[in-house]
Amino acid sequence: MKQDIFQAIADPTRRAILALIAVQAFTPNAMAEKFDMSRQAVSKHLKVLQACELIKPEQSGREIYYHFNPKKMQELDHWLAQFRKIWETQFNQLDDVLSTIKKQKI
Amino acid sequence: MNNNLAFDFTVDKAAQTVLINREFAAELSLVWDAFTKQEILDQWWAPKPFISKTKFMNFEVGGRRFYAMISPEGQERWSIQRYTSISPKTNFKIYSVFADQDENPELPGSDWDLNFSEHNGTTTVSITIYNESLERLEMMIDGFREGFTMTLNHLDMLLATQSQEQ
Repeated sequence: MKQDIFQAIADPTRRAILALIAVQAFTPNAMAEKFDMSRQAVSKHLKVLQACELIKPEQSGREIYYHFNPKKMQELDHWLAQFRKIWETQFNQLDDVLSTIKKQKI
Repeated sequence: MNNNLAFDFTVDKAAQTVLINREFAAELSLVWDAFTKQEILDQWWAPKPFISKTKFMNFEVGGRRFYAMISPEGQERWSIQRYTSISPKTNFKIYSVFADQDENPELPGSDWDLNFSEHNGTTTVSITIYNESLERLEMMIDGFREGFTMTLNHLDMLLATQSQEQ
């Protein structure tokens, strides 16, 4: 993954963009107007979000509409569940080590 | 197995922060030792069937632990943990980063804050990991992937043995 999702969503403007298009697809121009930003600034944020596949562009006539990609968020949650699993395993092992040490002390 | 011991795991994605809370059925000084002494750490730090091997560890402010997680095939994944702050039996902080076998760090790393407290013989460890990146998580999870199925099999065997004993 070239672009880090954590970093992508750490930015408040990018989070606002995601919240906006989660409800309805938007064109970059409409976003720029909504957030009172330059079209260039919006494009930069869209580039980051698209790089980690959080959004998908769709051509409609002369306009490009950006859609939210909920699958990517689910994928992220799936990754985090595995991270949790590693910790769970380590801690269960620590439980065993602690009880062994306690028995040795008696 | 340890269902009565609380375990919380939350991720604040936007803040790139991971929060982990876990209770242990042991007194504080024992749990503190398990996190700060090399010979005990190596017994549990790597999820089975991986092995944790500490090459050196100086538990003092500015000191480092240089260790590897070794896969069943013998593949080594090295990490450096630098101790940035220590309040004995209460708290310690580390800067953790992956490295190669020659101790060259692979940036970026993450900052860990570990708190220890005891209540009625149960010790709670609260870990906060700051500046965690998905890239680092991916590296770690990929490294452990093949081990996971084996870990689950190992756990199944363990549980089967335990229920036979009862």
